[in-house]
Amino acid sequence: MAKANFETPAFRSYPVIPILKPGVMKGEGPFVAKPHMQEPLGYPGELVENWQEVAISKMGELLKKYRSLRVYLDACVKCGACTDKCHYMIGTADPKNMPVARQDLLRQVYRRYFTLAGKLFPKLVGAKDLTKDVLDDWYNYYHQCSQCRRCSVFCPYGIDTADISMAAREILDSVGKGQKYCNEIISKVYKIGNNLGLPKPALRNTLEGLEEDIKDDTGVDVRLPLDEVGAEVLVITPSADFFAEPHIDGLIGYAKVFHQTGISWTLSSKASEAANFGMFIGSYENMRSIAMRIREAALDLKVKRIIFGECGHAWRVAYSFLNTLAGPFDFLDQRYPIPQHICEFTYDLIQKGALKIDKSANDHHKVTFHDSCNVARGSRMGNMPGGQFIIPREIIKACCNYYYDMPADTIHDQTYCCGGGGGLLTDDLIELRVKGALPRMESLKHVVDNFGVTHMAAICAICKSQFAKVLPYYGFKMDQIVSVHQLVSNAIVLEVSEF
Amino acid sequence: MGFWTAFYALSFYIATLILAGGLAYKIYQYATTPAPLKVPTMPAPTTTGGVVLRILSEVILFKSLFRSNKWIWLFGMMFHGALWVVLLRHLRYFIEPVWSWVVLIQPFGKYAGFVMLIGLIGLLARRIFVERIRYISNPSDYLMLILLLIIGGSGAMMSFVIHTDIVQFKAFMLGIMYFDWQSIPTDSILLVHLAAVILLMIVFPFSKLLHAPGVFFSPSRNQIDNAREKRHVAAWALKLEAPSASSS
Repeated sequence: MAKANFETPAFRSYPVIPILKPGVMKGEGPFVAKPHMQEPLGYPGELVENWQEVAISKMGELLKKYRSLRVYLDACVKCGACTDKCHYMIGTADPKNMPVARQDLLRQVYRRYFTLAGKLFPKLVGAKDLTKDVLDDWYNYYHQCSQCRRCSVFCPYGIDTADISMAAREILDSVGKGQKYCNEIISKVYKIGNNLGLPKPALRNTLEGLEEDIKDDTGVDVRLPLDEVGAEVLVITPSADFFAEPHIDGLIGYAKVFHQTGISWTLSSKASEAANFGMFIGSYENMRSIAMRIREAALDLKVKRIIFGECGHAWRVAYSFLNTLAGPFDFLDQRYPIPQHICEFTYDLIQKGALKIDKSANDHHKVTFHDSCNVARGSRMGNMPGGQFIIPREIIKACCNYYYDMPADTIHDQTYCCGGGGGLLTDDLIELRVKGALPRMESLKHVVDNFGVTHMAAICAICKSQFAKVLPYYGFKMDQIVSVHQLVSNAIVLEVSEF
Repeated sequence: MGFWTAFYALSFYIATLILAGGLAYKIYQYATTPAPLKVPTMPAPTTTGGVVLRILSEVILFKSLFRSNKWIWLFGMMFHGALWVVLLRHLRYFIEPVWSWVVLIQPFGKYAGFVMLIGLIGLLARRIFVERIRYISNPSDYLMLILLLIIGGSGAMMSFVIHTDIVQFKAFMLGIMYFDWQSIPTDSILLVHLAAVILLMIVFPFSKLLHAPGVFFSPSRNQIDNAREKRHVAAWALKLEAPSASSS
């Protein structure tokens, strides 16, 4: 897959649906996990001999465990509503990147082995035996889905290709064909505590360096505490916040907000990672083990609240699944949402007038906001549906004088994925990532051309890394992507804390 | 009482058993398969009432489809909406005396047949001519539309062109319902119409027509957004907690 040469798709003058180019993204898929990355997750090291049998029995098991899978595989009428909704389809024109066609890779096997029609009349209903070709197609095309759920918004039955691709990846893992990027990261989380493999001394070092930077910048002692027992709030943030740009500026923003309120907080070296790649591979067990670290860290540090940093899928797992996976959180302060998003926290403070803000500090920014897919369609913020769209925008507007939305059919629950979500943020998939970014780049170009927008803010570590990488392919600059809390950080007027 | 009467009467019994039994089985299967995670497509309602409204807006108005594609929505709406009117009109063959509202809708039902046919032809045309939809279509997808077109077409023919002996047909229908068989009119158009209906009933629980019960069980549409407030755990997932219970 990792072809050195490919063309960045051209901006479309108006949003025509591409003519299909069958097989254009056919390939071997991303790098396959090595045995030492598979085994800590409980999967065979390499493709097992009886993979066909194992895959079918795993599918049968998942059909009994997940109603979503059963209903979604049964209910599709092939109406075609989803066929032009996937950013990878738009960017690559490969028909197997149409959500329904991606689902059909699994559905054809489901029909063959689990439905009467497919057993009796396979040709009639498009049922297929699970051959090596089909398995290879699964591996390739289920790693061209970023599990962003945009198709599920438009499906009359809510069929969610993300759920289907998660199931497919779990089947692939269980026969020994896992993806290197995801599984290597999960093994690092188990071994060290975060996706980057950043050990505690290095983490402490980084945080101290940041404290010095802030001091140099502002003259104020803003702390970034680590493993402080008895702190009020445990902050769980993606490890990219510790070193990557523009993530790190977001982390500085959280620190300044906490500093300003005087609420004590801490990071944890045990749970120094918000991301939960267990979701990407569809593994409830792995997702649960990763989530349990957070519970354990909260208990060890005797905190009263848990707040998550800017990370899209982490927030989906936190908001929608954490209570399920690692609850009940009866030992935390029940007056606050469990868990809470840093944007909810900052927004409340802004509402109460507890933060002193100088909007003009961001006057060199004309800002738009990218709704990260997992936040938009897999979670919520605040106490009413759609709060996940309102709250980050209100924070930006409170910190910036110039704010412009991208076109209405590309934001909120219709937002386009950045192109790097769902475990695809790896260099061996760069062609896919660049092509998949096309629709988002087009809507960004729209506000750049029409309103002179200079920066796009996001609240997701993957979005930020992905955009930093792909913006230049489309003629933008890599630093045009910023963290929402970076804007807060710029605008916040620090006072020496009394606490 | 001839061969056709026995054939169709028995076929109706078998088809009804398959339809009812098959659907009951699938609904039981959907209802008893757990949904271990909260996965509503957000923004989602935060109350049960809100979820009921969401589902109704999907089932009655095809809300998501409307946002997605106006043509598919239009043809889909024409077909399904008209189908309901036509089905209600057909009640008069199954009840005696006929309820007055069923009498009232008879003229609407007759013309709804055309709306239904136009919707079906629109859907079939899209399946044939839109490249993306052609790509995802299997033979069964075309055949299903053709089967429905045969049902609708033969029905409209009987309403407007070649009438059948409707009094005798009603006697046949009531006869099989009350196990007191009466002769079926042997007009070929009626026999084609009924054969296609029987086939549809048999195919229903084994085909994509399961979208009808499926839409009510779709977790992305029928779950309440309250994950933070209320812990949601499936029975099989609860078992995972047993060994590590000491850690909490």
